[in-house]
Amino acid sequence: MAFINYSAREINCKLVYYGPGLCGKTTNLKVIYEKTAEGAKGKMISLATETERTLFFDFLPLALGEIRGFKTRFHLYTVPGQVFYDASRKLILKGVDGVVFVADSQEERFEANLESLENLQQNLREQGLELSKIPWVLQYNKRDLPNAVSVEEMRKALNPTGEIPEFEAAAMSGKGVFETLKALAKLVLLELRKGSK
Amino acid sequence: MSLTPQLVLFEEDHTKILAVSKRLVSDANAKAVFLVDKNGQMVAEAGELVGIDTTSLASLVAGNIAATGGLAKIIGENEFPVHFHQGERDNVHITLVAQRIILVVVFDDRSSLGLVRLRVKKAGQKLAELFEDLFKKAEAELSDEGPGSPFAEITDDDIDNLFSD
Ligand SMILES: Nc1nc2c(ncn2[C@@H]2O[C@H](COP(=O)(O)OP(=O)(O)OP(=O)(O)O)[C@@H](O)[C@H]2O)c(=O)[nH]1
Ligand SMILES: [Mg+2]
Repeated sequence: MAFINYSAREINCKLVYYGPGLCGKTTNLKVIYEKTAEGAKGKMISLATETERTLFFDFLPLALGEIRGFKTRFHLYTVPGQVFYDASRKLILKGVDGVVFVADSQEERFEANLESLENLQQNLREQGLELSKIPWVLQYNKRDLPNAVSVEEMRKALNPTGEIPEFEAAAMSGKGVFETLKALAKLVLLELRKGSK
Repeated sequence: MSLTPQLVLFEEDHTKILAVSKRLVSDANAKAVFLVDKNGQMVAEAGELVGIDTTSLASLVAGNIAATGGLAKIIGENEFPVHFHQGERDNVHITLVAQRIILVVVFDDRSSLGLVRLRVKKAGQKLAELFEDLFKKAEAELSDEGPGSPFAEITDDDIDNLFSD
């Protein structure tokens, strides 16, 4: 849940990157960290295993600028994608304002994407949230790989109504990373406006 | 939308909370006191803060509490209400206040665990009252529009401008 601080005149929102293991969540945050100006970012924290798999979460605080005299801050988190870290994923989802679902375009990860999306819905439901009612966007990552399935196929499986904003990405080279983030940040701010009317 | 209402902190509440935090720093001979929302947002900070990355601190403290809270549930406890981490120079004492706020006290050998524990007890009660008040206000706000959030009137342009670099 967003935190509105009248005293510091800032608003804080929590965005979570979700998706199957190795789909590129941490890579998204690394790219955002590298390409964001010094003053607009804090330290990136990665709680990872020795092999760089996310163990608990990555965290990156961003300060985007001001709206009506309020600093808008976004706290970006990634979850650990490996199936057996489900307890940790649930914890990180608490208080979420918006989700980027990062799908791995590789053919052999097709099922893993679906399972992870279902897992996201289930874990949200456990805290009384419906995915369809919160701001979220889809990222089709690893479009650079030769074994990537077509976007149409991915859409059919992950975004059948076509209502969810979707972005093609090759996070390792930075492609699509900021488009995805901006789209979600915008949806979250619009939701805040809705919520305060 | 969510089960926990949005946290809204007004100047007057912040002033009161900060006063209690500062008092705790001096009463407990502590280096610093932090109040962190369970979601990882810093609510108030007092004491010697030079060189401390408070944003990182808030997110890690919240992660820590979330993880140990999950652990507590697994063994049939509701939550571990007190945490203590001992370092070579600095120590960290962590308690939960009003279920949603994490009270962090950083201290060194100018103080002691006993003293910190004692002072935290008293300050914790006062803080709990303040936060209960604040949560009630936030809920009331949700039901009857209140003074309104600064975001009620943002335009699409405002949002686009954030990204215009
Ligand atoms: N070819 C290609 N590789 C990518 C891309 N994005 C990420 N990778 C690689 O995929 C691997 C896993 O990326 P991570 O970002 O660590 O994946 P993750 O989703 O954080 O994985 P977990 O932490 O286990 O959940 C790394 O070797 C990345 O370099 C991409 O767009 N294209
Ligand atoms: Mg990762």
